[in-house]
Amino acid sequence: MRIDCPHCGLRSNEEFTIKGEVPKARPDAEAGQDAYVDYVYIDKNTRGRNVEHWHHSGGCRAWLVVERNTITHEIYSVIDVQEAQ
Amino acid sequence: MPQLFRSVSGGLINRSELLRFTFDGKDYTGYEGDTLASALLANGVRLVGRSFKYHRPRGILTAGVEEPNALVELRSGGRQEPNTRATVVELYDGLDANSQNRWPSLKFDFLSINQYAGPFLSAGFYYKTFMWPPSFWEPVYERIIRRAAGLGFAAESNDPDHYEKANAHCDLLVIGAGPTGLQAALTAARAGARVLIADDGSRFGGALLDERVTIDGKDGAAWVDAAIAELESYAHVRMFPRTTVFGRYDAGTYGLLERIGDHLAEPAPYTARQCLWRVFAKRSILATGAIERPIVFGDNDRPGVMLAGAARTYANRYGVQAGKKVVVCGNNDDIARTVADLGAAGATIAAVVDTRATGGAEDLGRPIYRNSVVRRALGGQYVQGVEIGEVGGGISTEKIDCDAVVMTGGWSPNIYVATHLGQKPSYDEKIVGFTMPSDLGEMTIAGAANGIYDTAGCLAAGAAVATSALDAMGMSGAKGDTALDVDEGPSGQIEPFFYVKDATGKCFVDFQNDVTDKDLKLAIQEGYDSAEHAKRYTTFGMATDQGKTGSLNGAAILADALGSSIADVGVTTARPPYTPVSFGAWAGHAVGEEFQPTRRTPMHDWHEENGAVFVEAGLWYRPAYYREPGETTWQESSDREVLATRGSVGLSDVSTLGKIDVQGPDAGAFLNKLYVNGWTKLAVGKARYGLMLREDGFVMDDGTTSRLDEDHYLMTTTTANAGPVMAHMDYCHQILWPELDVQFVSVTEQWAQMAIAGPNARKTLQGVVDDFDLSNEAFPFMGAANLTILGGMPARLFRISFSGELAYELAVPADLGIAAWKGIMAAGAPYNITPYGLEALGAMRIEKGHPAGPELDGRTTADDLGMGRMHSKIKDFIGKTLAERPALKETNRPQLVGIRPVDASERVSAGAHLLPPGAEQVIANDQGWISSASHSPTLESWIGIGFLKNGRDRIGERLLAVDFVREREYQVEIVSPHMVDPKGEKLHG
Ligand SMILES: [Zn+2]
Repeated sequence: MRIDCPHCGLRSNEEFTIKGEVPKARPDAEAGQDAYVDYVYIDKNTRGRNVEHWHHSGGCRAWLVVERNTITHEIYSVIDVQEAQ
Repeated sequence: MPQLFRSVSGGLINRSELLRFTFDGKDYTGYEGDTLASALLANGVRLVGRSFKYHRPRGILTAGVEEPNALVELRSGGRQEPNTRATVVELYDGLDANSQNRWPSLKFDFLSINQYAGPFLSAGFYYKTFMWPPSFWEPVYERIIRRAAGLGFAAESNDPDHYEKANAHCDLLVIGAGPTGLQAALTAARAGARVLIADDGSRFGGALLDERVTIDGKDGAAWVDAAIAELESYAHVRMFPRTTVFGRYDAGTYGLLERIGDHLAEPAPYTARQCLWRVFAKRSILATGAIERPIVFGDNDRPGVMLAGAARTYANRYGVQAGKKVVVCGNNDDIARTVADLGAAGATIAAVVDTRATGGAEDLGRPIYRNSVVRRALGGQYVQGVEIGEVGGGISTEKIDCDAVVMTGGWSPNIYVATHLGQKPSYDEKIVGFTMPSDLGEMTIAGAANGIYDTAGCLAAGAAVATSALDAMGMSGAKGDTALDVDEGPSGQIEPFFYVKDATGKCFVDFQNDVTDKDLKLAIQEGYDSAEHAKRYTTFGMATDQGKTGSLNGAAILADALGSSIADVGVTTARPPYTPVSFGAWAGHAVGEEFQPTRRTPMHDWHEENGAVFVEAGLWYRPAYYREPGETTWQESSDREVLATRGSVGLSDVSTLGKIDVQGPDAGAFLNKLYVNGWTKLAVGKARYGLMLREDGFVMDDGTTSRLDEDHYLMTTTTANAGPVMAHMDYCHQILWPELDVQFVSVTEQWAQMAIAGPNARKTLQGVVDDFDLSNEAFPFMGAANLTILGGMPARLFRISFSGELAYELAVPADLGIAAWKGIMAAGAPYNITPYGLEALGAMRIEKGHPAGPELDGRTTADDLGMGRMHSKIKDFIGKTLAERPALKETNRPQLVGIRPVDASERVSAGAHLLPPGAEQVIANDQGWISSASHSPTLESWIGIGFLKNGRDRIGERLLAVDFVREREYQVEIVSPHMVDPKGEKLHG
């Protein structure tokens, strides 16, 4: 699998670290425990097209939003998180 | 010894280059261009191995990678390699091979008695027999099975050769260099595409080297030579002979194994034996040809029974006769070319046995038995005749003498690599075989792998798929390549026939695993009625050949037994690798010392020269202790270092701690988010201990962070978490708080850092600083400063302490590390300054109750560590909300405590569990555990720290420590974790 880093180009997957699917926005400090449990633990766990956070840890160190198929590993899009916000 | 089965002329061998080799200790000769199999056959050696389960005599079935029988042990010593297929081993002068799985000798094998015990060794035999009692497994059953069912022995000494890994990129990967692959490569190369073409043979050409065929008036091999010459002329083409594409992976990634030195006695100097390639290709063409099927009849495994295509290969390519008097049997048009080629090589055709009532060549000039089958091969260690009968007749009607039986059951497209991404093949009745759709996205299947078996068709297909691949990549090729004029024997017409239904003798479906038609039928009777289940139960399709020759025959037998169809039964899933890949190739250079990268601190050489014994900490090498003359144990050295440090002064290399430089107007605000405690009010020139949580409320890491300037902080992390903390900070900054104006970078390797600890630390340091007031008033505990030392050397000084002593950490640019270290050693000489390693450092931090890796194990909260009060109430930080969950606030959680043995001579061990004395030793009574232990020379006792339920309220209690691993128990007393200088008077001194 290769990931097309918007800063570095098409690079091999061992340069990257996956964190998991993109969570909801981090709740406010006063949002309470239920909101945080939802934020930290509850994933959609999609089989198929999934939107994930990847870190180019062995490259430019940018966090990326990668849309990827969890069955075929096909990658549909890669953008920098700052662009996604 | 004369090569009695070598034809007088012909073949692609170099008859002027005689090669000597040995098999089972006996001397033979062959020619350059031979395989071990062709050379053995030329010498009349038929019996080359014993089968896996029944120890039946086995010969050579094929001429390629699909060989299930002729597995041999190659070479000896560290280069010994079991399970090599004699059919692909290239002969070299001095080759030394041995047969496998026989005892005491190949001709007289004691365990061949197994074949007469046949009924007891049927499907599931191992599961049924070796079941009870369980205690017999390891000592009795396993040994019996290992001896009886071995597949050769691995080398017992280290492999002296080396292996490499490499990457390559191309537009088009062509897998297989037969007519289809070569024509595809030529077409793409002419259009300027970057082509990589690989073939597992020693020589490109595939079937064009094996069959008698004329292309444009040239014989096949000459056409191939011209194609290779043209491909060589293009700089953008890379050719990989002796290279197997063993796996297809995501998004156009392929695994290739290049055998650089396997065809030599030992690899040439300074070259690898094998190279594991990872190839990234925009498109690929699978042109891997087809694998011929045997026909399942009685005793079809007798040496001398061979596939027809293999017999033609031996005749045409190697000038070797499969036999002198041959019976040819089959169900398709290949019969005619087989008769012609074997006859041309000098063999007599004893009979032709064709399952078809009509069709095929009418006049072959020999007896033809139509609508007939070979029902059984006769003979013992090699075939001496056959019994034939009518298809479905149920009885043998005639006996024919012969010394070889060649059979063709038709061809199965070789689509294994195409199926690696999970697509299932489907049954195609027209070609009688399993196929895949030709278009698989970035891969296209072409030629015989796509069910096209005539050379003209393969050449045309190669050109056509290359042209469409070029189109897909937006490259223009020379369209409408001129059709080539091909002359070869007929092929293609086939009537399905897989197995003789009522044959006598053992009818093998899978030769390598000794699986017969009866085994498959029995598996169905016993309820294993899917191909995947039957495979596991009977071991059909497993081991090194993965059932390449037998899968369709097995499917046909299963279909009949189930009253179903071949299409419904399907074939089992093929997974990478297509053929075995050695561990050496997977490991590449990551062997021994090069297993992983080595990180050394700037002072490494000094440590080495001064008796340091190193310990690995992640990738780092850190001094564990420094051995002085006369010291024999680590504890002696460590105790001396602790006492010298606590008594006067010690020096330790702490360069491996993670260091992250944080700058910007919002640096403090950013640290506020990361740590549980606050940072914006920290004064410039001050350090502070910080604790970091994960968002789930558990402790992630700790360390000291200093404020060097208004907008400039220097953070430290534990050695182990330096990388993860940096990634976490990237995440927090880029995703959670991008609005914060802050920059940070790892400076771990830019700074050499050393701890100076002990009552004489200040006096020692006084000898190196340039005009800097070290007094307690001017530079108190938790001070941080920029300064110069040793006459102008830039440095940073922190008054922090891990040992609990009056202590400083001094940092200098990495390349000045040794100079600074030596300067401190000189300045400390009057105080007998002592370098100390990780053992002494560990002992002192345990004496002080400071948590480290074993305590920060991802399951502890700040409160568990006794640091709950550090949580800021007034700011948000990572983990704040979830750390407040009720379960994380319970008083009964394990809390950090000190552990002292009741008997001071008792050794405390990390990993021991704490239980009430007298309680039953079950998990329900578990009260906690010891996380770190050390000998404390200060307290003259072993000590530990650990976690105990509600431990802070249980100081003084006595418990039983039970070390289940070391099988020890001892009484301990629970004490405060701060076992030495609990008030911290020393470090403030
Ligand atoms: Zn990047």
